[in-house]
Amino acid sequence: MILDGKTPTGPIEKTWDKHRFDMKLVNPANKRKFKILMVGTGLAGGAGAASLGELGYNVEAFCYQDSARRAHSIAAQGGINAAKNYPNDGDSIYRLFYDTIKGGDFRAREADVWRLAQVSNNIIDQCVAQGVPFARDYAGYLDNRSFGGAQVSRTFYARGQTGQQLLLGAYSALTRQVKAGTVKLHPRTEMVDLVVVDGVAKGITVRNLITGQLESHWGDAVVLATGGYVNVFYLSTNAMGCSVTAAWKAAKKGAFFANPCYTQIHPTCIPQHGDKQSKLTLMSESLRNDGRCWVPKKKADCDKAPADIPEEDRDYYLERKYPSFGNLAPRDIASRAAKEQCDDERGVGPGKRGVYLDYQTSIDRVGEDTIRERYGNLFEMYEKITAEDAYKRPMRIYPAPHYSMGGLWVDYNCMSNVPGLFVLGEANFSVHGANRLGASALMQGLADGYFVIPNTIANYLAGITPGTVKEDHAEFKKSIEEVDASVNKMLNINGKKTVSELHRELGSVMWEDVGMARSDASLKNALKRIPEIRDEFWNNCNVTGEAGELNQQLENAGRLADFLEFAEVFAKDALHREESCGGHFRTEHQTDDGEAMRDDENFAYVGAWEFKGVGKEPELHKEPLKFENVKLAVRSYK
Amino acid sequence: MNLTLHVWRQKGPQDKGKLETYPAKGVSEDQSFLEMLDDVNEELIKSGKDPIAFDHDCREGICGMCSQVINGKPHGGQERTTVCQLHMREFNDGDELFIEPWRARAFPIHKDLIVDRTALEMVMQAGGYTSCHTGGVADGNALLIPKPVADYAMDAAECIGCGACVASCPNSSAMLYTSAKVSQLAVLPQGKGEAKARVKEMTDAMQNEGFGNCTNHYECQEACPKGISVKFIAKLNREYMKSMA
Ligand SMILES: Cc1cc2nc3c(=O)[nH]c(=O)nc-3n(C[C@H](O)[C@H](O)[C@H](O)COP(=O)(O)OP(=O)(O)OC[C@H]3O[C@@H](n4cnc5c(N)ncnc54)[C@H](O)[C@@H]3O)c2cc1C
Ligand code: FES
Repeated sequence: MILDGKTPTGPIEKTWDKHRFDMKLVNPANKRKFKILMVGTGLAGGAGAASLGELGYNVEAFCYQDSARRAHSIAAQGGINAAKNYPNDGDSIYRLFYDTIKGGDFRAREADVWRLAQVSNNIIDQCVAQGVPFARDYAGYLDNRSFGGAQVSRTFYARGQTGQQLLLGAYSALTRQVKAGTVKLHPRTEMVDLVVVDGVAKGITVRNLITGQLESHWGDAVVLATGGYVNVFYLSTNAMGCSVTAAWKAAKKGAFFANPCYTQIHPTCIPQHGDKQSKLTLMSESLRNDGRCWVPKKKADCDKAPADIPEEDRDYYLERKYPSFGNLAPRDIASRAAKEQCDDERGVGPGKRGVYLDYQTSIDRVGEDTIRERYGNLFEMYEKITAEDAYKRPMRIYPAPHYSMGGLWVDYNCMSNVPGLFVLGEANFSVHGANRLGASALMQGLADGYFVIPNTIANYLAGITPGTVKEDHAEFKKSIEEVDASVNKMLNINGKKTVSELHRELGSVMWEDVGMARSDASLKNALKRIPEIRDEFWNNCNVTGEAGELNQQLENAGRLADFLEFAEVFAKDALHREESCGGHFRTEHQTDDGEAMRDDENFAYVGAWEFKGVGKEPELHKEPLKFENVKLAVRSYK
Repeated sequence: MNLTLHVWRQKGPQDKGKLETYPAKGVSEDQSFLEMLDDVNEELIKSGKDPIAFDHDCREGICGMCSQVINGKPHGGQERTTVCQLHMREFNDGDELFIEPWRARAFPIHKDLIVDRTALEMVMQAGGYTSCHTGGVADGNALLIPKPVADYAMDAAECIGCGACVASCPNSSAMLYTSAKVSQLAVLPQGKGEAKARVKEMTDAMQNEGFGNCTNHYECQEACPKGISVKFIAKLNREYMKSMA
């Protein structure tokens, strides 16, 4: 099937305004009659639920944590982009649009990215109005910093806790609606199935994580804002509970999964310390503003203390390879460059999987106090984990799985191919193409939540009658029975391995074979190993406890079961995409000096997969990408 | 290193609960405290026992999920550190550790180390926001906020809502938590307009939810993993007085 993204036509700078005018509206008096289920309360879901509640819809919101404020958006450190051009350095909506399309290696839809750039400025205003304490100068004006992949300063930030402050802003708006009675919250509740009636999304099945009870919820529309799936690698910068479950359940009910192989490996994370580790910690990309990446030129120097390696024996490899962007090269490029140095046996630290990120030059230039002011909390975090003082000794960093550009396929209205199912934030595939630029995920989450969904959902709801399907419909009963059966099956495997042992096994296959560099052989190996691990899970896992109680092992087992099905489609997507673009690097497709080689003639499309059952071939649907406002070019940061 | 853990086990809110003793063997000093507990849980599962339930998510000290009292100190007592950021190098071979949940009337226990913190949500719902609408707001630079004011607001806004302040307080007061939000919004031009109603309603909610009063023990500041200062409690008190005027 050729998919239609339903993007409006005409001059790009008018598309969103025109579309908003063309869409149908729901009469204010009728809004209350429509029930919207919002799954997820991160930046996308929190902002969306608050805005929809404020408009007068009847909203119910769900999250697995004990409070909406704890979604993983809270962990974002560096900042959020907007095209305000406050520094007068040449920024504009067009430039933000262009940088994002180019940063994504020309694999995103132009109109969606334009809209994102257009509303970026409204987001900053919105957050300021909520009381988000962005960094300011002494006169009181908003401050900006630079991020990778851009040559202008357009990133707004709140110390090293931008995600926290933006999420608390959205949470405060949400809280206000909860008090007003327009939004009802269901914390500690996990969506475990999507209910589809006659091809239309009409509700969800959830598990109450305290009592273990399965419950049905009907809705006139279901919105998923459930975050990313990089925990498929086991070790990642995501929170322990982040999973593909909600999105995968939707995929199993017919929603197409787009570009699953586009995942981002972030260049600046604290290297792994041992095999008992449970997660990896990000050190914000903003650190590359003032830090310089290097490794020793000579293998023999790798074990020396960094201070004992003289300047002329250091290889500032990013500055050498990419003179115009230097240490601010985009993430995919910086990650691969770090891997190259370590593959060349010039890595540092335990296992030699690490490179230095050095502040000395900046400390000499602006002083330690200024550096402390900019990144104090990150240095503190680094010291807690490694017991090293980065003011005195360069940090050691290494790439780690961080973000999923892929996600459920949506059209311009953020609606999936299943009518009534909308997808926001990291959970959809929409704007980042094959690689996301720093500080643009927060922007996308809030754009989707505050400014896109409140408009586009009306267009859908205006065409349906509210409340036609309720929890007494047979599909709800069927869904509960299926989930119940699957839960009981897991609890009765009574095998020998623990859930986390099997998750680690999956993670190591994904990292080795479907990670930073992928080849035909490695992907075929992964496609052999994934079903084996899945079989072992269903035959030899030990899921303890009972269904009707707070049972964290069961929660983890359910999430792993979904990763084990999803991982296969992920590897298939990577195998079929015979090109290198953004975060997807196929070793067969590179230039002589190791740069990615895109194939626009054959692969300038979105690959959206239709699930056909476990162990069956998924079907690929394509949405061709048209570029009318930017010229397809080799992405160069040299 | 090898440690002995005494961990609070409680099946549900009605259960009485008790401390159970488990060994933690072969602990590496680079592991985090929660990774050490993960290993203990793996052993429990392998020996057919129910693993210890505890709250956690981000494991980088920002979501506020993790919540354990170690040897009588919320988050283990290391300065500005959540339990997920606490590393085993802070402990010694042979140490004996007592691990318990947050204890406060307002925080009923769900299971083992997991408590119900809905009461904190109720305090926020009473007024922890500015009443702006989505869209139709002024440009971000329309109201200037000089750096010292923005910094003051940010110092308060860093609260992660974990509840360690409540757990550390002899009165189980949520004063530090409440005052942080009240102070942040009271100094910003966007929040000033509603300051009077906010301080009153949030303080009332705090009392209604079963949190105690503040009698200046300042244990909360000690326990706070973000180092939120008790100066905000003084600020809340001043705002409260102003609201009565
Ligand atoms: C460490 C780190 C640092 C980052 N720094 C930056 C940065 O500086 N700038 C930037 O732009 N981006 C950054 N990012 C990326 C950005 O933070 C995320 O992409 C973004 O916040 C995702 O928001 P979201 O609302 O889509 O999802 P999330 O915030 O992950 O929210 C997901 C929500 O869905 C809920 N949920 C999930 N599954 C279920 C289920 N089955 N049932 C019920 N509820 C469910 C969760 O409870 C949660 O409420 C960073 C990411 C990480 C991990
Ligand atoms: S787990 Fe998030 S703060 Fe500890």
